[in-house]
Amino acid sequence: MSDNHNNHHEEHHIMPLATYYKVAGALFLLTFLTVGFHALREYMGPFSALIAFSIAAVKAFLVMAWFMHLKYDKLSNKIIFGSGFIFLALLFVICIMDIYTRLNVNSVL
Amino acid sequence: MINGVPVQEHYRDASHQFASAKEGIWLFMATEILMFGGLFVGYLIFHMKYPQMFAEGAQFLDWRLGFVNTLVLIFSSLTMALGIYFCQINQPKKAVWALAITILCGAVFMVIKYFEYTHKFHMGIYPGRMLDLEMLNQHLSSIGKPAIASTNLGMYFGFYFCMSGLHGIHVILGMLMISWCLYRCMRGDFNPNYYTAVEGVGIFWHIIDLVWIFLFPLLYLVG
Repeated sequence: MSDNHNNHHEEHHIMPLATYYKVAGALFLLTFLTVGFHALREYMGPFSALIAFSIAAVKAFLVMAWFMHLKYDKLSNKIIFGSGFIFLALLFVICIMDIYTRLNVNSVL
Repeated sequence: MINGVPVQEHYRDASHQFASAKEGIWLFMATEILMFGGLFVGYLIFHMKYPQMFAEGAQFLDWRLGFVNTLVLIFSSLTMALGIYFCQINQPKKAVWALAITILCGAVFMVIKYFEYTHKFHMGIYPGRMLDLEMLNQHLSSIGKPAIASTNLGMYFGFYFCMSGLHGIHVILGMLMISWCLYRCMRGDFNPNYYTAVEGVGIFWHIIDLVWIFLFPLLYLVG
């Protein structure tokens, strides 16, 4: 495998097979963990949503970094993909500010 | 053909061509995040406005089916990644198998989705104004469950059908594109220097998995 490394193009990075299995194993484990916490949702109240989405964020990171090979991708591609999330956060923040201020002024949406 | 790579004449060399293709795919992925993201933001805002109605809607979803679909999609993401890996190490036969299993997983996902959708249609659950509340309440009383209090339940299912439906369309398109990769792989188009199509389709398939990772807790668990 190492002879395939860096043969012609630096960007053709080959990850070892074991890494794929480890990432998939972690994803399966985290899915079971999500469902496990779901079973305990009555004890956790408002935290259950936070836990579910935190686990989802970790899973998303695993998929992006290793399955999508973003960890070994060019910085420009990371920035391009990241910009999608930045503008999504902007949309969310502006919407929330709009709703919050309307509630303050009119007490209805 | 340079080292087995069909380099188009407007590119400097194979790595220039590969980098351009990757950049295009990532731009496309940013637009995918924005398209699904808009629906997610809408869901969150209306969830804050009508928490009761969303809770009433979510009780019609069976988290076990969503859970199985999550496992199926994660497994398909693994086999997709392996498909690229086997192209990279010049084992096209194994790559074909990995891609075939990925398509099969996509089909399993869609079959489970089909049963979920038809079960809802059977109860009168449709998106938005098409939701038949009378029919749904009749069904609920026949199985001894209390009637629905919210009159705007169609909004929850508007989100449900739009989000999971748009995701389902992506799964179908992904399956078609993987089939195209599989055909090209069988034809012997790919080698360790040239597998751009599999790489690009792979990224698309992983974003389907990525969206589902958030859709599963959002629709099935938090309600």
